[in-house]
Amino acid sequence: MDLDLMINSFPKLLSATVTTLRLLSLSLVFGLIIGLIFAVMRLSKNRLVNNFSYGFSYVFRGTPLLVQIFIIYFGLGQIEYLRSTILWTILKEPYWCAIIAFSLNTGAYTSEILRSAFQTIKPGFIEAGKSLGISSKIIFYKIQIPIAIKQSLPAYGNEIILMLKGTSLASTVTLMDLTGVAKYIISTTFKPVEVFIVAGGIYLFLTFIIHNFIKLAEKKMGTN
Amino acid sequence: MELLYFGSKGWGDELLTAFLMTIAVSITAMFIGILFSIIFTPLKLSKNKILNFISNFYTTVIRGVPELLVIYLLFFGGSGAVMFVASMFGYNEYIEINAFITGSFAIGIISGAYSTEVFRGAIQSIDRGQFEACKALGFKKIIYFFKVIIPQMLRLAIPNLSNVWQITLKDTSLISVTGLVEIMRQSYIAAGSTRDPLFFYSFAALLYLILTFVSMKILNKLENKYSRGF
Repeated sequence: MDLDLMINSFPKLLSATVTTLRLLSLSLVFGLIIGLIFAVMRLSKNRLVNNFSYGFSYVFRGTPLLVQIFIIYFGLGQIEYLRSTILWTILKEPYWCAIIAFSLNTGAYTSEILRSAFQTIKPGFIEAGKSLGISSKIIFYKIQIPIAIKQSLPAYGNEIILMLKGTSLASTVTLMDLTGVAKYIISTTFKPVEVFIVAGGIYLFLTFIIHNFIKLAEKKMGTN
Repeated sequence: MELLYFGSKGWGDELLTAFLMTIAVSITAMFIGILFSIIFTPLKLSKNKILNFISNFYTTVIRGVPELLVIYLLFFGGSGAVMFVASMFGYNEYIEINAFITGSFAIGIISGAYSTEVFRGAIQSIDRGQFEACKALGFKKIIYFFKVIIPQMLRLAIPNLSNVWQITLKDTSLISVTGLVEIMRQSYIAAGSTRDPLFFYSFAALLYLILTFVSMKILNKLENKYSRGF
């Protein structure tokens, strides 16, 4: 055990954690928006819209996240047309490519979580709203969405933890996140166990916080 | 399409080998994972606090740490650990471990943590009465375990186990970082030499989709088979 290395690498790994957390939070925000849009599309009665949303979530859940990042980072740059548009300023940055891939990926999973939450809402709630003469827009925002959020919290908590682990793939497109820095230190010092303990400890700590935060939110919202 | 020709012109045969490699690694990893869970599930259910702690430690750490980090640990530390064990037996030469073994072992450890949780959940959701009935009938422990508990556990475990399989299958893409030539690595090589990453990575995505689709169909059949009578 090389304690010195562990102590020396801790600050470096901790500053890389900031990148990890930034990637995580941005992807979760975008992912939630994408997920909500696709969940609503999935519930639509229009076959085309419905199938499109199903296809989206099927493709993103059926392929590894690594492939998705590589397609976006290495693949999209190949399209000449894209290079001339304003989109290129975003797509040439590995940081934004990673965020796009993560957001689409977590969006696909989130849409499934929200869809099942929407579907388990008792029709009685919506009927009660209708019979009270509340407009369907208000029913959606004030009845369906709050209930769906409440019901999907435990599953969404798992998704956040999966996404935290997913952000480690940013290191494959040259980003120095927690895993990226850990790999760099391992490959320069050849002390994998020590670095694994420190970096793994940070990840476990983050998982622990997320887990408890979701538990607290569940309690606050009074699930069950 | 020329890029997919077989032989020296295209990448068809290379990609096919890589495709088979992904299947081989996934199956090996899943198998190692199930072996791990056969060891750790009883520990998890045991009343001994220390054994309990060991297996909780295993599942918590592996499920809370990114897969890539576990892979790096085994990739950089694997041969060191094996050499350390070998040196205790008086063997001091350099040992290099094959990428296939490191890769399937790393993914196997990860998949084992998930399978352990699945088996634990399945055993715990078997009705207590079943255990008591076996004891009341005076069955031997081995018989009641294999004839009563395991068949019921499998029915409950298979749907979740098929989820673990899907996760394992997708995780194998990560061992491309160790240089094992599976779908992802081969696409990376092909994309680099043809300068056509969009095509090759999309094709890789398609291959993974085929794998997940086909295995879902097979696993659904298996699920139906084990839930006969329910």
